[in-house]
Amino acid sequence: MLTAIFSLGGIGLVAAVALGLAAKRFAVEVDPRELAILEALPGANCGACGYPGCAGYAKALVAGEIDANQCPPGGAAAAAKVANILGVEVAIREPEVAVVLCQGDNETASNRYRYLGLTDCVAAQKLAGGPKVCPGGCLGLGTCARICPFDAIEMTPKGLAVISREKCTGCRKCISVCPRQVIRMAPLKTSVHVLCNSHDKGALVRKYCQVGCISCHICEKTVPEAYVIEQLLARVDYDNAGNAGAAVDKCPTHCIRDFVAGYPPGSSYPPAVVPVKSDAA
Amino acid sequence: MRQMTFAGGVHPPDQKQATAHKPIEDCPLPAEYVVPMAQHIGAPANPCVAVGDRVLKGQVIGEARGFVSVPVHAPTSGEVTAVEARPHPAGSSLPAVVIRADDEDRWQERPAVEDLAALEAEDIIDLIRRAGVVGLGGATFPAHVKLSPPPEKPIDTVILNGVECEPYLTADHRLMLEEADRLLEGVAVLQKIFASCRVVIGIEENKPDAIELLNQRCSGRDVEVVPLPVKYPQGAEKQLIKAITGREVPSGGLPMDIGVVVQNVGTTAAIADAVLRGTPLIERVCTVTGAAVREPKNLRIRIGMPVAHLVEACGGIDEDPGKIILGGPMMGIAQVDLAIPATRGTSGVLLLREQDLPLRQEGPCIRCARCVQGCPANLLPTTIAAYGRLDRMEEAEDYRALDCIECGCCSFSCPAAIPLVQTIRYAKAAIMARKRSG
Repeated sequence: MLTAIFSLGGIGLVAAVALGLAAKRFAVEVDPRELAILEALPGANCGACGYPGCAGYAKALVAGEIDANQCPPGGAAAAAKVANILGVEVAIREPEVAVVLCQGDNETASNRYRYLGLTDCVAAQKLAGGPKVCPGGCLGLGTCARICPFDAIEMTPKGLAVISREKCTGCRKCISVCPRQVIRMAPLKTSVHVLCNSHDKGALVRKYCQVGCISCHICEKTVPEAYVIEQLLARVDYDNAGNAGAAVDKCPTHCIRDFVAGYPPGSSYPPAVVPVKSDAA
Repeated sequence: MRQMTFAGGVHPPDQKQATAHKPIEDCPLPAEYVVPMAQHIGAPANPCVAVGDRVLKGQVIGEARGFVSVPVHAPTSGEVTAVEARPHPAGSSLPAVVIRADDEDRWQERPAVEDLAALEAEDIIDLIRRAGVVGLGGATFPAHVKLSPPPEKPIDTVILNGVECEPYLTADHRLMLEEADRLLEGVAVLQKIFASCRVVIGIEENKPDAIELLNQRCSGRDVEVVPLPVKYPQGAEKQLIKAITGREVPSGGLPMDIGVVVQNVGTTAAIADAVLRGTPLIERVCTVTGAAVREPKNLRIRIGMPVAHLVEACGGIDEDPGKIILGGPMMGIAQVDLAIPATRGTSGVLLLREQDLPLRQEGPCIRCARCVQGCPANLLPTTIAAYGRLDRMEEAEDYRALDCIECGCCSFSCPAAIPLVQTIRYAKAAIMARKRSG
């Protein structure tokens, strides 16, 4: 009995001393500011800053390699906290969200062939350029939705990716995987977008999509400062988008949409609200 | 006697009865040819003619770029009307030379034929390269590369591939029956290049007429005819070598590493044309078949003929085909429409009816391991595909994704209709891209 107590106690004591010494001897010095910054960041490890995870970004901030406003998910709030910790001034970046510039789902846009393969847009795009006739339209196989670290992208039952303005943090991961470059960044303050990504002529677009831009210039004529037509495709000039909403009802193919009035058909997201989120949070 | 074969494999219904007995017919000449510059593995050829140029049949219209590349020749005489990107069987639009035929079909002057006995091996290989001969089994690997092994890799066996294990296709079968002379001339050329090698013609047992004929013709020529059991993919290069010689091509290696050269029988006949007649590769035999075609046929086609024209030559189609495949049903490439040209690799045009297509929705893997049993490369297709799907390419590579020969046995045998080959191909492309970027 006594032997057992002493031998086990002895082993415990030796191990405790050894561990204590090792902890002192091999201690890793971490800048306390780094830990504080890590606390202030969202912790999604999305990589939007260009570093592998939040810890890498925090390290770079302390080393002074990068400005404090490079974390889109954290937004102004995180940037302010980080600036406070580091004692630097920081320019607050205009918050941005990703938008899928397409609303041609399986009902409104036609397919060239029946795709029965791997549920992945990149794989489908390799088969004769993807099943969708439209060269720029959303393939609807959800590669972006699966990679989104914030669960901000949903696939509608008819096969269209829709990004929630409320959940999107602007990390751009979806943009990096989309094989058709149909996802673009847009300022959060604008809720009106031209949801089309086809540069084909109007007559051709009409053949394969009911909701595509036919470059009829009506939006440009209605609100000249808010719309630009480039290579047969209209887009909102986000710097002067104040009155862009006035053209929504004029568009003959209804490819201009105000997300405040609702997301594309089939989406389960409730209509967007403006302002979206308080930056003080 | 022990049957010579390889591990794995599947037995798809062979469907060759529609065309196996039909002699090769010359396809009528169309008014316009679209000749893609990328018709072989390796660097695409460089177009060397301009719009408005008159070209003669057999004239070089695309120059080879580098060693693993071959020139492209005009399939007929006429005028070049365009040099631009055109739809290609590979899926995208690729550079092509468009020729409007002048109906004279006039040959350019062909070089005087020298006596085979007087030629050196290097000269023969150069003639083959200049004639643009590539593997006509479907993979279109330049023939001269296979025939030029480095000196440290001595060749002791030459295998002629007359297996034609793809269902539906009968082009090689008819060629062996009707053009045994050309084939044996090609054999003589190969025997000249690889002196004192064992020469074997491998034929599947479902072609007894071809086996019998070649057995008769080959007596006294130092050529063995080996009947092989009917199993897909018996005609895949590595599987054929394993079945005939018992040797295995090492992972990541080539047949020349174990002293073997394999050429398709059609390629061998094209080699004879190139060396003995100075004729470039502008023709091949192609099987146009499937339930959607009115009159399935074996056609002798020119490279660059529109596929729609080939189908027209077979009586056309009754209804919109449910599926169009260039090549065989196991490894061929599905096409969006018929507005594409035939290339050197077009061993078949397969038109299937909508109601015959086994369209099933993908289900979950039930771990039945039929893909593992069927894999002739001894891989674990379901594991590689699962890693590929998760973008875990390092693990996919550890499981030897790059050794996949894309024969389709796994997808064929999968009861859950999982697109295994497509996923593995996707993984292979990602692994290769990562290797290239370092």
